[in-house]
Amino acid sequence: MKYIVAIIQPDRLDDILERLTGQAIHLVTVSTVLGRGRQKGIAEVYRSHKESGSLLKKVKLEIAVNEQFVTAAIAAITDGGRTGKVGDGKIFVLDLHECIRIRTGETGPVAIG
Amino acid sequence: MRRMFKFSVMLLAWAGSVSMAWAEDGAATAQVTGDTAWVLICAALVLFMTIPALALFYGGLVRRKNILSVLMHCFMITCLITVQWVLFGYSLSFGPDVKHFIGNLSWWGLNGVGLDPYADYAATIPHQAFMVFQCMFAIITPALIIGAFAERMRFLPFCVFIVLWATLVYDPVCHWVWSAYTPAGATTPVFGFLRAMGALDFAGGTVVHVNAGAAALAAVLVLGKRRGYPHAISPPHNLPFAVMGAGMLWVGWFGFNAGSALAANSLAVGAFVTTHVAAATAGLLWALMDLIFNKRPTVLGIISGAVAGLVAITPAAGFVNLAGALLIGAGAGVICYFSVAFVKAKLGYDDALDAFGIHGVGGAWGAIATGLFATTAVNPAGANGLFHGNPKQLGIQILATLITLVYSFVVSYVLLKVIDRVMGLRVTEQAERIGLDLTEHREAAYTVID
Repeated sequence: MKYIVAIIQPDRLDDILERLTGQAIHLVTVSTVLGRGRQKGIAEVYRSHKESGSLLKKVKLEIAVNEQFVTAAIAAITDGGRTGKVGDGKIFVLDLHECIRIRTGETGPVAIG
Repeated sequence: MRRMFKFSVMLLAWAGSVSMAWAEDGAATAQVTGDTAWVLICAALVLFMTIPALALFYGGLVRRKNILSVLMHCFMITCLITVQWVLFGYSLSFGPDVKHFIGNLSWWGLNGVGLDPYADYAATIPHQAFMVFQCMFAIITPALIIGAFAERMRFLPFCVFIVLWATLVYDPVCHWVWSAYTPAGATTPVFGFLRAMGALDFAGGTVVHVNAGAAALAAVLVLGKRRGYPHAISPPHNLPFAVMGAGMLWVGWFGFNAGSALAANSLAVGAFVTTHVAAATAGLLWALMDLIFNKRPTVLGIISGAVAGLVAITPAAGFVNLAGALLIGAGAGVICYFSVAFVKAKLGYDDALDAFGIHGVGGAWGAIATGLFATTAVNPAGANGLFHGNPKQLGIQILATLITLVYSFVVSYVLLKVIDRVMGLRVTEQAERIGLDLTEHREAAYTVID
């Protein structure tokens, strides 16, 4: 089992979700987050006072998958999220030790999805 | 216990005398119902400018951890000043004159302020209608100052400051500019000294805006910058609130300016039109300045411009024609833009919500511009300004503005220094980091989990 964490551009979310659904990957948690990388944001201006270097709005996806879905999930995120510009985001793949379905108490690969 | 009893008896006696005065005034003469209706509606509109208009305008501009503290400031000022006003503030401001400087206390507790018209102020409406209309002005003026010390002032010292400021600064300045009193046996009224000098202030350019702006500057200097200013201060947390607030201010301002005609007449119509035109022109000009200097017109910019225009037209509203309104509005957009965008940055003071930059500067521009554009063709009770052949009026307006500015600044500065020494004005560094909503009021504006 793997735990995939992806930081993406907010406006790419719909494309990515559609592609994930197409790969039969339904389990996903989405949150809006602030972050920064090498990308420079659009400076905001308040009464002529420029706010630069601020944190940028991003979307974080968290997906737990069984081994056979890892490649498909990564492909869905990269295909749906890529604009080719700086700031497209990152995907982190972590080993997942355990997964428990709260309703039934099932554990391991059967509890995902 | 006995003292308590004695006090209660005094209170009861006072309540009795007040209700008796009201009963006697029942047989009123010379009232015009339309005028009374208009002034009452305008009084409500001016209260609406403080709560919720100004509260939302300022509240949207602060960080999300401080919005309740700003809303609370506006609400507490409304409650505090109303009580101050009816107990003695109205008497100090508009009561029988003492040396052209202040009213005496003979109208304390609205003693003698009944339902008959008081001709020196407004001959066709009950005296209490005038009193309550002016009460709303006394409320919004200190509320304007809170933009300067937002996000860093302790609550109790704030309350003490507001009551003392109203008593020592607002009431006297109001008396200088607007008071009139005909002593028994006399035929002409005695005026406050700025009014006697010939200073024109239709709805409060000096009394309200220069006055509050100067106090704001004093507050900024005594309190110091917010921690992290200017680079680590988050941008306005809810601009739509600020836009709603500014829009409601614009609406309320019709009560402020057109209501200052104190009658439902052509003067009120004229003031309504000049107010609207100046606000629109100033909003337009600020957007244009944004476009020139920042390549994008901003929402905060256009609403700031509109408010600056409303501020600037306030003293002139009932004295100028359309051309005057357009030029005053245009001047407000440009001058206030420079004061906020460049002068503030250059001088490095932290006027958090630009109370001085917009109200002080815009009010001064409006008061002085009244001396440029005023014409008796609009209002025979006014005077001509420089462009209508009377350069002397410009001098009078500048002098009145400077006197108000200096008096308000000096007294506010000393007052704040004294309160700081006695009580401490500023919250702790930890409280400032946490936010005043939680530390001063034990509440949070927004929940994170439903």
